[in-house]
Amino acid sequence: MPEIKLTVNHKVGLHARPASAFVQTAARFNSDIEVTHEDNTVNAKSILAVLTLGAHQGSEIIIKAEGEDAEDALKALEELVNDNFGEN
Amino acid sequence: MKIVSGIPASYGIAIGPAFVFGHEELIIETNSITDPEAELQRFKLAREATGKQLDQAFLVTKKECGIEAAEIFNAQKMMLEDPELVGAVKNRVESELINVESALLETSEIFASQLEAIDDEYLSARALDIRDVTSRCLRNLLGNFDSPASSLTEPAIIVADDLTPSDTVLLDKSYVLGFCTAKGGSTSHTAILARGLGIPAVVGAGEGISEIQPDDSLVVDGDAGEVVINPDEDQLTAFRGRQKKFLKIQAEAEAITHQPAITIDGHQVEVVANIGNEDGIEPALEAGAEGVGLLRSEFLFLERNNLPSEEEQYRSYKSIADAFGEKPVILRSLDVGGDKDIPYIDMSPEDNPFLGVRAIRLCLERPELFKPQLRAALRAGYGNNLKLMFPMVASVDDVLNVQSVLEQCRTELREEGQDLAEEMDVGIMIEIPSAAILADQLADVVDFFSIGTNDLSQYTMAADRTNAKVATLASGFQPAVFRLIKMVIDAAHQKGKWVGLCGEMAGEILAIPILLGLGLDEFSMNPPAIPFAKRLIRSISMEHARQVAETALDLKSDGEIREYIQKAVPEVNLS
Repeated sequence: MPEIKLTVNHKVGLHARPASAFVQTAARFNSDIEVTHEDNTVNAKSILAVLTLGAHQGSEIIIKAEGEDAEDALKALEELVNDNFGEN
Repeated sequence: MKIVSGIPASYGIAIGPAFVFGHEELIIETNSITDPEAELQRFKLAREATGKQLDQAFLVTKKECGIEAAEIFNAQKMMLEDPELVGAVKNRVESELINVESALLETSEIFASQLEAIDDEYLSARALDIRDVTSRCLRNLLGNFDSPASSLTEPAIIVADDLTPSDTVLLDKSYVLGFCTAKGGSTSHTAILARGLGIPAVVGAGEGISEIQPDDSLVVDGDAGEVVINPDEDQLTAFRGRQKKFLKIQAEAEAITHQPAITIDGHQVEVVANIGNEDGIEPALEAGAEGVGLLRSEFLFLERNNLPSEEEQYRSYKSIADAFGEKPVILRSLDVGGDKDIPYIDMSPEDNPFLGVRAIRLCLERPELFKPQLRAALRAGYGNNLKLMFPMVASVDDVLNVQSVLEQCRTELREEGQDLAEEMDVGIMIEIPSAAILADQLADVVDFFSIGTNDLSQYTMAADRTNAKVATLASGFQPAVFRLIKMVIDAAHQKGKWVGLCGEMAGEILAIPILLGLGLDEFSMNPPAIPFAKRLIRSISMEHARQVAETALDLKSDGEIREYIQKAVPEVNLS
């Protein structure tokens, strides 16, 4: 299962608008997508689960995807996170 | 027939049937079901209906309050379509064969308590969102629309314990004749909304209104602060007469609102507006405002996740100041802390936030917060009449400290070759009793004062203005507060400085003759109050106002002062 490791640089972490943008991006793909922060792994398409991760600014997250469009999904999420959730 | 007293929050007389805005607890029972597929189909339809309501709430809020406030409804919509939530509900319905209401309530409560358990204010607020959207969906499942305002389909008076912005967002305002609430003070959401809409309101009426039944006949007397439940025919006739008189006065007031506020013996004062953002420009100008006496800068800082940049602030301040041309616009520097919290500014919790690090106390500690705002203001004031004022000044040192930061900003801007307002007037709010007492010293170091009666009253009377039980103490018709106002005006005039007043009191019709008589130079109020203030000032003499003020300051209570003004200045009676 392909995975990538990223750092959340946004001021508010994976909360508020960044969290919404993250979940909405994940939801565009058919693959199953998981996001891990510290010891918690949750469904990346679930806003409620992503919020409970408590990923703050500077947190490392691991994203895994499985399915036909897994590579595209990881690429899109990587761009979103590295682009500071489109707020630059 | 029964009369309940509360706080008069918005002028006028409303007569009509009661619309009881219920926040009743939804009672959800767990029932066995036999057809899980049909149950899940109901869930799907309820989610669709809820989604449509949230879309509507988004659009209305965006129009009335801006995109930032509206986004909460999009977030709620995502929560309701969350695959984990929907999946868990589906599993429970299928495996336990229980009704979807019960499965949804229990599942969403698990998510809500998980978020609540994390010590984070933002996540706690999201827990409320899950509960809110769940309750909305449950109402759709049950066909119970008591709470949603959508069932208001005929003109009525809204009766509620209290109303939040999300309660009022879906109310069809054209059907709202008046408001009466059990809780809240004159600055509560309902009060502000009612004044904005020009609809009569009585707030803080207490338990007495809880017995009002749907469709009871009601009168809301927004002048006296009374709610009459099931009035008899004679009373109704009397109120209809007063309503007619009010509407006549309202029409007279609107007819003269673009004329100067000048007494019959030739004393002129300024009547200006309090506004909160760009959306306030048009209503203020339409109401005949001669400028802006209080531009709250908080609007740029709330409902977002990061600090607004200097550039963003500059553009916003400039567009407002330019819209008023040569008329003055007074920008108040950031006034947060107390009851106004900004989540992305790290403020340590305080036992007594109203007595803690708020307003300039916070800004002086945080140059990264303060300097961009001051730079933006200095730049925005180039070529118009923008003035700057600082809230929560307690001493002369406070003024010297803020002026030194302001001077640094001026020097930096000059070195950068930026256009800036070199001669910008700088004033302070008088809202701490010490500042009123030291007004003679403070008048030496500033260009003007603006009295903030909401805070001045609460600090003078030691009465929390957000606490309905002491709301009358903090309401501002206190002899002690009037005496402080007199001290401030006298001290400023001796030094040749002018004094404005931008608290709620400036727009209170009963206070205007006293403030005028004390020599107040500028009255800054919410735009809907401007026509009434101008009409009153134009119908009385300064000589009479001086006598009235002198007598009022010797009276011993809030009630005595109100009663005296109503007798001595019959023009204050609007109905």
